[in-house]
Amino acid sequence: MGLLSKKDAKLITDPLTDDNPVTIQVLGICSALAITAELKASIVMAVAVLFVLGIGNVVISLMRNIIPSKIRIIVQLIVVATLVIIVDLVLKAFAYELSKTLSVFVGLIITNCIIMGRFEAFALANGPWKAFLDGIGNSLGYGVILIIVGFFRELLGSGTLLGYKVLGDPIAKTGVYAFGYENNGFMLLAPMALIVLGIVIWIQRSRNEALIEEH
Amino acid sequence: MEKRTDKNSYTLLFAIGMVLIVGSLLAFTASALKPNIEENKRIEKQQNILYAMGVNDNDEGSAVFVGTDVVVDEFSKYIKKQIVIQGDKITEDANAYLIDIKKEQTAAKDASYQRKLPLFIGEKDGKTFYIAPIRGKGLWDAIWAYVAMDADMVVQGAYFDHKGETPGLGANIKQRFFMDDFIGEHLKSNGNFTGITVAKGNADPTNKDKTDNEVDAIAGSTITGDGVTAMLKTELKLYVPYFKTLKTN
Repeated sequence: MGLLSKKDAKLITDPLTDDNPVTIQVLGICSALAITAELKASIVMAVAVLFVLGIGNVVISLMRNIIPSKIRIIVQLIVVATLVIIVDLVLKAFAYELSKTLSVFVGLIITNCIIMGRFEAFALANGPWKAFLDGIGNSLGYGVILIIVGFFRELLGSGTLLGYKVLGDPIAKTGVYAFGYENNGFMLLAPMALIVLGIVIWIQRSRNEALIEEH
Repeated sequence: MEKRTDKNSYTLLFAIGMVLIVGSLLAFTASALKPNIEENKRIEKQQNILYAMGVNDNDEGSAVFVGTDVVVDEFSKYIKKQIVIQGDKITEDANAYLIDIKKEQTAAKDASYQRKLPLFIGEKDGKTFYIAPIRGKGLWDAIWAYVAMDADMVVQGAYFDHKGETPGLGANIKQRFFMDDFIGEHLKSNGNFTGITVAKGNADPTNKDKTDNEVDAIAGSTITGDGVTAMLKTELKLYVPYFKTLKTN
Protein backbone atom coordinates (compact mmCIF):
# COMPACT_ATOMS: atom_id res chain seq x y z
CA MET A 1 0.00 0.00 0.00
CA GLY A 2 2.22 2.77 -1.26
CA LEU A 3 -0.51 5.32 -0.92
CA LEU A 4 -0.89 4.90 2.82
CA SER A 5 1.55 5.37 5.62
CA LYS A 6 2.29 2.30 7.72
CA LYS A 7 0.04 3.49 10.49
CA ASP A 8 -2.84 4.20 8.12
CA ALA A 9 -2.45 0.83 6.44
CA LYS A 10 -2.75 -0.86 9.82
CA LEU A 11 -6.17 0.75 10.22
CA ILE A 12 -7.33 -1.34 7.28
CA THR A 13 -5.38 -4.54 7.85
CA ASP A 14 -5.81 -4.94 11.61
CA PRO A 15 -9.59 -5.44 11.56
CA LEU A 16 -9.10 -8.04 8.84
CA THR A 17 -6.92 -10.19 11.07
CA ASP A 18 -5.92 -9.66 14.70
CA ASP A 19 -8.54 -7.10 15.61
CA ASN A 20 -11.48 -8.48 13.68
CA PRO A 21 -14.74 -6.89 14.86
CA VAL A 22 -16.66 -10.18 14.73
CA THR A 23 -14.23 -12.86 15.85
CA ILE A 24 -12.12 -10.84 18.31
CA GLN A 25 -14.34 -8.01 19.52
CA VAL A 26 -17.48 -10.16 19.18
CA LEU A 27 -19.57 -7.35 17.70
CA GLY A 28 -22.20 -7.61 14.99
CA ILE A 29 -23.00 -11.20 15.89
CA CYS A 30 -26.76 -10.74 15.54
CA SER A 31 -26.63 -9.95 11.86
CA ALA A 32 -23.95 -12.58 11.31
CA LEU A 33 -26.46 -15.15 12.58
CA ALA A 34 -29.52 -13.78 10.86
CA ILE A 35 -28.50 -13.36 7.27
CA THR A 36 -25.75 -15.85 6.53
CA ALA A 37 -27.99 -18.68 5.35
CA GLU A 38 -27.22 -17.55 1.80
CA LEU A 39 -23.96 -16.31 0.32
CA LYS A 40 -25.68 -13.63 -1.75
CA ALA A 41 -27.35 -12.08 1.28
CA SER A 42 -24.00 -12.08 3.11
CA ILE A 43 -22.32 -10.23 0.26
CA VAL A 44 -25.12 -7.67 -0.04
CA MET A 45 -25.00 -7.04 3.70
CA ALA A 46 -21.21 -6.71 3.65
CA VAL A 47 -21.36 -4.11 0.87
CA ALA A 48 -24.15 -2.19 2.61
CA VAL A 49 -22.21 -2.03 5.87
CA LEU A 50 -19.06 -1.00 3.98
CA PHE A 51 -20.93 1.92 2.52
CA VAL A 52 -22.70 3.02 5.70
CA LEU A 53 -19.68 2.63 7.98
CA GLY A 54 -17.28 4.31 5.54
CA ILE A 55 -19.44 7.39 5.15
CA GLY A 56 -20.83 7.40 8.69
CA ASN A 57 -17.38 7.38 10.24
CA VAL A 58 -16.41 10.41 8.13
CA VAL A 59 -19.59 12.30 9.02
CA ILE A 60 -19.18 11.63 12.75
CA SER A 61 -15.51 12.50 12.58
CA LEU A 62 -16.27 15.85 10.93
CA MET A 63 -18.87 16.57 13.60
CA ARG A 64 -16.77 15.30 16.50
CA ASN A 65 -15.98 18.73 17.93
CA ILE A 66 -19.53 20.03 17.88
CA ILE A 67 -21.47 16.98 19.11
CA PRO A 68 -22.66 17.52 22.71
CA SER A 69 -21.34 14.57 24.71
CA LYS A 70 -24.65 14.10 26.56
CA ILE A 71 -26.55 13.16 23.43
CA ARG A 72 -23.75 11.73 21.32
CA ILE A 73 -25.25 8.23 21.13
CA ILE A 74 -28.53 9.61 19.80
CA VAL A 75 -26.65 11.77 17.30
CA GLN A 76 -24.75 8.69 16.13
CA LEU A 77 -27.98 6.74 15.76
CA ILE A 78 -29.53 9.54 13.72
CA VAL A 79 -26.53 9.65 11.39
CA VAL A 80 -26.70 5.89 10.75
CA ALA A 81 -30.46 5.90 10.34
CA THR A 82 -30.37 8.83 7.93
CA LEU A 83 -27.66 7.27 5.81
CA VAL A 84 -29.45 3.94 5.67
CA ILE A 85 -32.78 5.51 4.72
CA ILE A 86 -31.20 7.63 1.99
CA VAL A 87 -29.41 4.58 0.58
CA ASP A 88 -32.66 2.63 0.69
CA LEU A 89 -34.58 5.37 -1.15
CA VAL A 90 -31.90 5.77 -3.80
CA LEU A 91 -31.82 2.03 -4.39
CA LYS A 92 -35.61 1.89 -4.62
CA ALA A 93 -35.55 4.62 -7.25
CA PHE A 94 -32.62 3.44 -9.34
CA ALA A 95 -31.91 -0.20 -8.53
CA TYR A 96 -35.28 -1.62 -7.56
CA GLU A 97 -34.33 -5.30 -7.74
CA LEU A 98 -31.33 -4.81 -5.47
CA SER A 99 -33.39 -2.80 -3.01
CA LYS A 100 -35.81 -5.71 -2.65
CA THR A 101 -32.95 -8.00 -1.70
CA LEU A 102 -31.65 -5.45 0.76
CA SER A 103 -34.95 -4.46 2.35
CA VAL A 104 -34.73 -7.09 5.10
CA PHE A 105 -31.34 -5.84 6.19
CA VAL A 106 -32.04 -2.12 6.43
CA GLY A 107 -33.13 -2.41 10.05
CA LEU A 108 -30.25 -4.72 10.80
CA ILE A 109 -27.70 -2.20 9.51
CA ILE A 110 -29.00 0.47 11.85
CA THR A 111 -28.75 -1.81 14.86
CA ASN A 112 -25.38 -3.28 13.91
CA CYS A 113 -23.18 -2.70 16.94
CA ILE A 114 -20.01 -2.52 14.85
CA ILE A 115 -21.22 0.75 13.38
CA MET A 116 -22.06 2.34 16.73
CA GLY A 117 -18.89 0.84 18.17
CA ARG A 118 -16.62 2.41 15.58
CA PHE A 119 -18.39 5.78 15.82
CA GLU A 120 -17.97 5.78 19.56
CA ALA A 121 -14.49 4.30 19.78
CA PHE A 122 -12.78 5.79 16.76
CA ALA A 123 -14.58 8.46 14.76
CA LEU A 124 -15.25 10.65 17.80
CA ALA A 125 -11.51 10.87 18.50
CA ASN A 126 -9.88 10.92 15.06
CA GLY A 127 -9.78 12.95 11.86
CA PRO A 128 -11.96 12.16 8.83
CA TRP A 129 -9.31 10.41 6.70
CA LYS A 130 -8.30 8.06 9.50
CA ALA A 131 -11.94 7.51 10.38
CA PHE A 132 -12.69 6.63 6.77
CA LEU A 133 -9.89 4.05 6.67
CA ASP A 134 -11.01 2.62 10.00
CA GLY A 135 -14.58 2.33 8.71
CA ILE A 136 -13.47 0.57 5.54
CA GLY A 137 -11.16 -1.75 7.48
CA ASN A 138 -13.75 -2.76 10.02
CA SER A 139 -16.52 -3.31 7.51
CA LEU A 140 -14.17 -5.43 5.41
CA GLY A 141 -13.28 -7.44 8.49
CA TYR A 142 -16.98 -7.91 9.19
CA GLY A 143 -17.71 -8.73 5.55
CA VAL A 144 -14.98 -11.38 5.33
CA ILE A 145 -16.44 -13.28 8.28
CA LEU A 146 -19.96 -12.93 6.91
CA ILE A 147 -18.89 -14.31 3.57
CA ILE A 148 -16.98 -17.22 5.12
CA VAL A 149 -19.96 -18.20 7.27
CA GLY A 150 -22.41 -17.65 4.41
CA PHE A 151 -20.26 -19.77 2.08
CA PHE A 152 -20.27 -22.81 4.36
CA ARG A 153 -23.90 -22.49 5.40
CA GLU A 154 -25.21 -22.26 1.86
CA LEU A 155 -22.85 -24.95 0.55
CA LEU A 156 -23.60 -27.50 3.26
CA GLY A 157 -27.19 -26.48 3.93
CA SER A 158 -28.61 -26.05 0.44
CA GLY A 159 -25.83 -27.53 -1.73
CA THR A 160 -25.73 -24.29 -3.72
CA LEU A 161 -23.50 -21.22 -3.97
CA LEU A 162 -25.10 -17.91 -4.99
CA GLY A 163 -28.07 -20.06 -6.04
CA TYR A 164 -26.07 -22.30 -8.40
CA LYS A 165 -26.28 -26.02 -7.75
CA VAL A 166 -22.57 -26.71 -7.32
CA LEU A 167 -23.01 -30.12 -5.70
CA GLY A 168 -25.54 -31.49 -8.18
CA ASP A 169 -29.29 -31.85 -8.00
CA PRO A 170 -30.63 -33.33 -4.74
CA ILE A 171 -33.94 -34.44 -6.29
CA ALA A 172 -32.56 -35.92 -9.52
CA LYS A 173 -29.65 -37.42 -7.49
CA THR A 174 -26.81 -36.14 -9.65
CA GLY A 175 -23.32 -35.00 -8.60
CA VAL A 176 -22.37 -35.91 -5.02
CA TYR A 177 -26.00 -36.77 -4.25
CA ALA A 178 -25.54 -39.87 -6.41
CA PHE A 179 -23.23 -41.21 -3.69
CA GLY A 180 -25.80 -40.82 -0.94
CA TYR A 181 -24.80 -37.30 0.19
CA GLU A 182 -27.59 -35.28 1.80
CA ASN A 183 -27.92 -31.55 2.48
CA ASN A 184 -27.79 -30.70 6.15
CA GLY A 185 -30.90 -28.58 6.69
CA PHE A 186 -29.65 -27.74 10.17
CA MET A 187 -26.99 -25.52 8.58
CA LEU A 188 -29.74 -23.12 7.51
CA LEU A 189 -30.85 -22.47 11.08
CA ALA A 190 -29.30 -19.74 13.22
CA PRO A 191 -27.55 -22.00 15.78
CA MET A 192 -25.29 -23.42 13.09
CA ALA A 193 -24.12 -19.91 12.21
CA LEU A 194 -22.90 -19.62 15.77
CA ILE A 195 -21.11 -22.95 15.54
CA VAL A 196 -19.48 -22.08 12.19
CA LEU A 197 -18.44 -18.75 13.68
CA GLY A 198 -17.03 -20.60 16.69
CA ILE A 199 -14.95 -22.78 14.39
CA VAL A 200 -13.61 -19.68 12.60
CA ILE A 201 -12.66 -18.17 15.97
CA TRP A 202 -11.04 -21.44 17.02
CA ILE A 203 -8.92 -21.65 13.85
CA GLN A 204 -7.90 -18.01 14.15
CA ARG A 205 -6.80 -18.34 17.77
CA SER A 206 -4.99 -21.60 17.28
CA ARG A 207 -2.90 -19.92 14.57
CA ASN A 208 -2.08 -16.92 16.73
CA GLU A 209 -1.84 -17.71 20.41
CA ALA A 210 -1.41 -14.05 21.34
CA LEU A 211 -5.17 -13.71 20.74
CA ILE A 212 -6.13 -16.15 23.48
CA GLU A 213 -7.46 -14.30 26.53
CA GLU A 214 -6.19 -15.05 30.02
CA HIS A 215 -8.81 -16.14 32.51
CA MET B 1 -14.11 24.95 33.17
CA GLU B 2 -17.18 23.51 31.56
CA LYS B 3 -16.81 22.92 27.84
CA ARG B 4 -19.02 24.88 25.52
CA THR B 5 -20.58 21.70 24.16
CA ASP B 6 -21.58 20.48 27.62
CA LYS B 7 -24.06 23.29 28.26
CA ASN B 8 -27.73 22.36 28.33
CA SER B 9 -28.67 25.25 26.07
CA TYR B 10 -26.09 24.16 23.49
CA THR B 11 -27.28 20.54 23.65
CA LEU B 12 -30.87 21.62 23.12
CA LEU B 13 -30.01 23.89 20.19
CA PHE B 14 -27.86 21.19 18.65
CA ALA B 15 -30.67 18.66 18.92
CA ILE B 16 -33.18 21.03 17.34
CA GLY B 17 -30.77 21.97 14.57
CA MET B 18 -29.95 18.34 13.84
CA VAL B 19 -33.60 17.33 13.68
CA LEU B 20 -34.36 20.18 11.27
CA ILE B 21 -31.45 19.37 8.98
CA VAL B 22 -31.98 15.62 8.96
CA GLY B 23 -35.74 15.98 8.66
CA SER B 24 -35.62 18.27 5.67
CA LEU B 25 -32.87 16.21 4.05
CA LEU B 26 -34.97 13.05 4.29
CA ALA B 27 -38.17 14.79 3.23
CA PHE B 28 -36.41 16.29 0.24
CA THR B 29 -34.87 12.96 -0.84
CA ALA B 30 -38.13 11.11 -0.38
CA SER B 31 -40.22 13.54 -2.41
CA ALA B 32 -37.55 13.95 -5.09
CA LEU B 33 -37.36 10.21 -5.65
CA LYS B 34 -41.05 9.44 -5.21
CA PRO B 35 -42.01 9.47 -8.92
CA ASN B 36 -39.21 7.02 -9.74
CA ILE B 37 -40.17 4.72 -6.89
CA GLU B 38 -43.87 4.74 -7.82
CA GLU B 39 -42.98 3.96 -11.42
CA ASN B 40 -40.78 1.04 -10.33
CA LYS B 41 -43.62 -0.36 -8.22
CA ARG B 42 -46.07 -0.06 -11.10
CA ILE B 43 -43.69 -1.84 -13.45
CA GLU B 44 -43.11 -4.55 -10.87
CA LYS B 45 -46.85 -5.22 -10.60
CA GLN B 46 -47.12 -5.59 -14.35
CA GLN B 47 -44.10 -7.91 -14.37
CA ASN B 48 -45.63 -10.02 -11.57
CA ILE B 49 -48.96 -10.36 -13.37
CA LEU B 50 -47.27 -11.32 -16.64
CA TYR B 51 -45.03 -13.76 -14.79
CA ALA B 52 -48.03 -15.60 -13.37
CA MET B 53 -49.49 -16.20 -16.82
CA GLY B 54 -46.18 -17.50 -18.11
CA VAL B 55 -44.91 -14.38 -19.86
CA ASN B 56 -41.38 -14.23 -18.48
CA ASP B 57 -37.72 -14.67 -19.36
CA ASN B 58 -37.16 -17.68 -17.11
CA ASP B 59 -33.96 -19.58 -17.68
CA GLU B 60 -33.29 -23.08 -16.40
CA GLY B 61 -33.59 -22.58 -12.67
CA SER B 62 -34.32 -18.98 -11.77
CA ALA B 63 -37.35 -16.75 -12.09
CA VAL B 64 -36.72 -13.84 -14.47
CA PHE B 65 -39.27 -11.17 -15.34
CA VAL B 66 -39.69 -9.65 -18.76
CA GLY B 67 -37.38 -6.64 -19.11
CA THR B 68 -38.47 -3.28 -17.73
CA ASP B 69 -38.08 -1.80 -21.22
CA VAL B 70 -40.71 -4.06 -22.79
CA VAL B 71 -43.06 -4.70 -19.88
CA VAL B 72 -45.54 -1.93 -20.72
CA ASP B 73 -45.98 -3.17 -24.31
CA GLU B 74 -46.18 -6.80 -23.24
CA PHE B 75 -48.73 -5.96 -20.58
CA SER B 76 -51.07 -4.29 -23.06
CA LYS B 77 -50.47 -7.12 -25.53
CA TYR B 78 -51.28 -10.03 -23.22
CA ILE B 79 -53.71 -8.57 -20.67
CA LYS B 80 -56.93 -8.22 -22.63
CA LYS B 81 -59.20 -7.02 -19.89
CA GLN B 82 -59.01 -5.86 -16.30
CA ILE B 83 -62.14 -6.13 -14.23
CA VAL B 84 -63.20 -5.18 -10.74
CA ILE B 85 -65.69 -7.48 -9.01
CA GLN B 86 -67.73 -5.82 -6.30
CA GLY B 87 -70.51 -8.10 -5.15
CA ASP B 88 -72.59 -8.84 -8.26
CA LYS B 89 -71.30 -5.78 -10.03
CA ILE B 90 -68.52 -6.26 -12.53
CA THR B 91 -66.84 -3.22 -14.02
CA GLU B 92 -63.99 -2.86 -16.44
CA ASP B 93 -61.10 -0.72 -15.25
CA ALA B 94 -57.80 -0.37 -17.08
CA ASN B 95 -56.11 0.54 -13.82
CA ALA B 96 -57.50 -2.32 -11.76
CA TYR B 97 -53.98 -3.63 -11.21
CA LEU B 98 -53.21 -0.54 -9.15
CA ILE B 99 -55.90 -1.36 -6.56
CA ASP B 100 -54.26 -1.68 -3.16
CA ILE B 101 -55.22 -5.14 -1.86
CA LYS B 102 -54.08 -4.30 1.65
CA LYS B 103 -56.39 -1.28 1.83
CA GLU B 104 -59.29 -3.32 0.47
CA GLN B 105 -58.71 -6.04 3.06
CA THR B 106 -58.71 -3.48 5.86
CA ALA B 107 -61.81 -1.72 4.54
CA ALA B 108 -63.63 -5.06 4.19
CA LYS B 109 -63.43 -5.60 7.95
CA ASP B 110 -66.35 -3.19 8.05
CA ALA B 111 -69.23 -5.48 7.07
CA SER B 112 -71.06 -2.76 5.16
CA TYR B 113 -68.16 -2.37 2.74
CA GLN B 114 -68.28 -4.37 -0.46
CA ARG B 115 -64.67 -5.27 -1.22
CA LYS B 116 -63.24 -4.54 -4.66
CA LEU B 117 -61.73 -7.67 -6.18
CA PRO B 118 -59.51 -7.01 -9.18
CA LEU B 119 -59.10 -9.75 -11.77
CA PHE B 120 -56.92 -9.59 -14.86
CA ILE B 121 -57.90 -11.55 -17.93
CA GLY B 122 -55.02 -12.44 -20.17
CA GLU B 123 -54.68 -14.39 -23.37
CA LYS B 124 -51.68 -16.28 -24.61
CA ASP B 125 -51.47 -18.91 -27.37
CA GLY B 126 -55.27 -19.08 -27.52
CA LYS B 127 -55.58 -19.84 -23.80
CA THR B 128 -57.39 -17.56 -21.37
CA PHE B 129 -55.87 -16.82 -17.98
CA TYR B 130 -57.67 -15.34 -15.00
CA ILE B 131 -55.10 -13.73 -12.73
CA ALA B 132 -56.02 -12.78 -9.17
CA PRO B 133 -53.84 -10.71 -6.85
CA ILE B 134 -53.96 -11.97 -3.25
CA ARG B 135 -52.33 -11.03 0.02
CA GLY B 136 -51.76 -12.69 3.37
CA LYS B 137 -49.46 -13.07 6.35
CA GLY B 138 -46.15 -14.91 6.50
CA LEU B 139 -43.96 -15.42 9.54
CA TRP B 140 -42.54 -11.91 9.84
CA ASP B 141 -44.55 -9.75 7.53
CA ALA B 142 -46.84 -9.64 4.53
CA ILE B 143 -46.77 -12.19 1.72
CA TRP B 144 -48.61 -11.79 -1.55
CA ALA B 145 -49.12 -13.57 -4.82
CA TYR B 146 -50.52 -13.39 -8.31
CA VAL B 147 -52.28 -16.60 -9.24
CA ALA B 148 -53.20 -17.35 -12.84
CA MET B 149 -56.09 -19.81 -13.25
CA ASP B 150 -58.15 -21.20 -16.08
CA ALA B 151 -61.96 -21.12 -16.08
CA ASP B 152 -62.03 -24.33 -13.97
CA MET B 153 -59.82 -22.76 -11.30
CA VAL B 154 -56.85 -24.92 -12.18
CA VAL B 155 -53.66 -22.99 -11.45
CA GLN B 156 -51.75 -22.11 -14.59
CA GLY B 157 -48.96 -20.22 -12.91
CA ALA B 158 -48.21 -18.28 -9.78
CA TYR B 159 -45.85 -15.63 -8.57
CA PHE B 160 -45.21 -15.37 -4.84
CA ASP B 161 -43.43 -12.58 -3.04
CA HIS B 162 -42.88 -11.47 0.52
CA LYS B 163 -41.78 -8.48 2.51
CA GLY B 164 -39.47 -9.97 5.09
CA GLU B 165 -39.44 -13.78 5.27
CA THR B 166 -36.23 -15.47 6.44
CA PRO B 167 -33.59 -15.70 3.67
CA GLY B 168 -32.90 -19.32 2.74
CA LEU B 169 -36.11 -20.53 4.41
CA GLY B 170 -39.47 -18.77 4.06
CA ALA B 171 -38.04 -16.37 1.50
CA ASN B 172 -37.78 -19.34 -0.85
CA ILE B 173 -41.49 -19.09 -1.69
CA LYS B 174 -40.39 -16.82 -4.54
CA GLN B 175 -38.06 -19.49 -5.91
CA ARG B 176 -38.92 -21.47 -9.00
CA PHE B 177 -38.91 -24.86 -7.27
CA PHE B 178 -41.75 -23.72 -5.03
CA MET B 179 -43.78 -21.62 -7.46
CA ASP B 180 -43.56 -24.14 -10.30
CA ASP B 181 -45.15 -26.79 -8.08
CA PHE B 182 -48.41 -24.89 -8.30
CA ILE B 183 -48.67 -25.12 -12.08
CA GLY B 184 -51.48 -27.50 -12.98
CA GLU B 185 -52.61 -27.90 -9.38
CA HIS B 186 -56.38 -27.93 -8.86
CA LEU B 187 -58.00 -25.44 -6.48
CA LYS B 188 -61.28 -27.35 -6.54
CA SER B 189 -61.94 -30.87 -5.49
CA ASN B 190 -65.09 -32.65 -6.68
CA GLY B 191 -66.40 -29.34 -7.93
CA ASN B 192 -66.08 -27.55 -4.58
CA PHE B 193 -63.50 -24.93 -3.79
CA THR B 194 -60.85 -26.42 -1.49
CA GLY B 195 -57.73 -24.33 -2.04
CA ILE B 196 -54.21 -25.68 -2.11
CA THR B 197 -52.43 -26.80 1.04
CA VAL B 198 -48.70 -26.37 1.43
CA ALA B 199 -48.25 -29.75 3.09
CA LYS B 200 -45.42 -31.30 5.03
CA GLY B 201 -44.76 -34.99 4.75
CA ASN B 202 -47.25 -35.61 2.02
CA ALA B 203 -46.89 -38.76 -0.01
CA ASP B 204 -46.18 -36.84 -3.18
CA PRO B 205 -42.97 -34.80 -2.79
CA THR B 206 -42.29 -34.56 -6.53
CA ASN B 207 -45.85 -33.30 -7.00
CA LYS B 208 -47.00 -35.76 -9.66
CA ASP B 209 -50.60 -35.77 -8.43
CA LYS B 210 -52.10 -32.47 -9.51
CA THR B 211 -55.58 -33.12 -8.11
CA ASP B 212 -54.64 -33.73 -4.47
CA ASN B 213 -54.88 -29.99 -3.60
CA GLU B 214 -51.42 -30.20 -2.06
CA VAL B 215 -47.93 -28.97 -2.88
CA ASP B 216 -44.78 -29.92 -1.03
CA ALA B 217 -43.71 -27.56 1.76
CA ILE B 218 -40.26 -26.02 2.22
CA ALA B 219 -38.34 -27.48 5.17
CA GLY B 220 -37.91 -25.00 7.99
CA SER B 221 -40.63 -22.65 6.76
CA THR B 222 -43.76 -24.05 8.35
CA ILE B 223 -45.32 -20.73 9.28
CA THR B 224 -44.65 -19.12 5.92
CA GLY B 225 -46.09 -22.22 4.25
CA ASP B 226 -49.19 -22.13 6.45
CA GLY B 227 -49.54 -18.46 5.53
CA VAL B 228 -49.51 -19.37 1.85
CA THR B 229 -52.16 -22.04 2.45
CA ALA B 230 -54.40 -19.64 4.37
CA MET B 231 -53.94 -16.87 1.82
CA LEU B 232 -54.89 -19.12 -1.09
CA LYS B 233 -57.90 -20.51 0.75
CA THR B 234 -59.49 -17.32 2.01
CA GLU B 235 -58.58 -14.95 -0.79
CA LEU B 236 -59.23 -17.08 -3.86
CA LYS B 237 -62.50 -18.27 -2.36
CA LEU B 238 -63.83 -14.75 -2.89
CA TYR B 239 -63.47 -15.26 -6.63
CA VAL B 240 -65.53 -18.48 -6.72
CA PRO B 241 -68.86 -16.73 -7.51
CA TYR B 242 -67.27 -15.06 -10.52
CA PHE B 243 -65.95 -18.34 -11.84
CA LYS B 244 -69.47 -19.82 -11.43
CA THR B 245 -70.85 -17.12 -13.71
CA LEU B 246 -68.27 -18.12 -16.34
CA LYS B 247 -69.77 -21.62 -16.36
CA THR B 248 -73.41 -20.58 -16.65
CA ASN B 249 -72.82 -18.12 -19.48
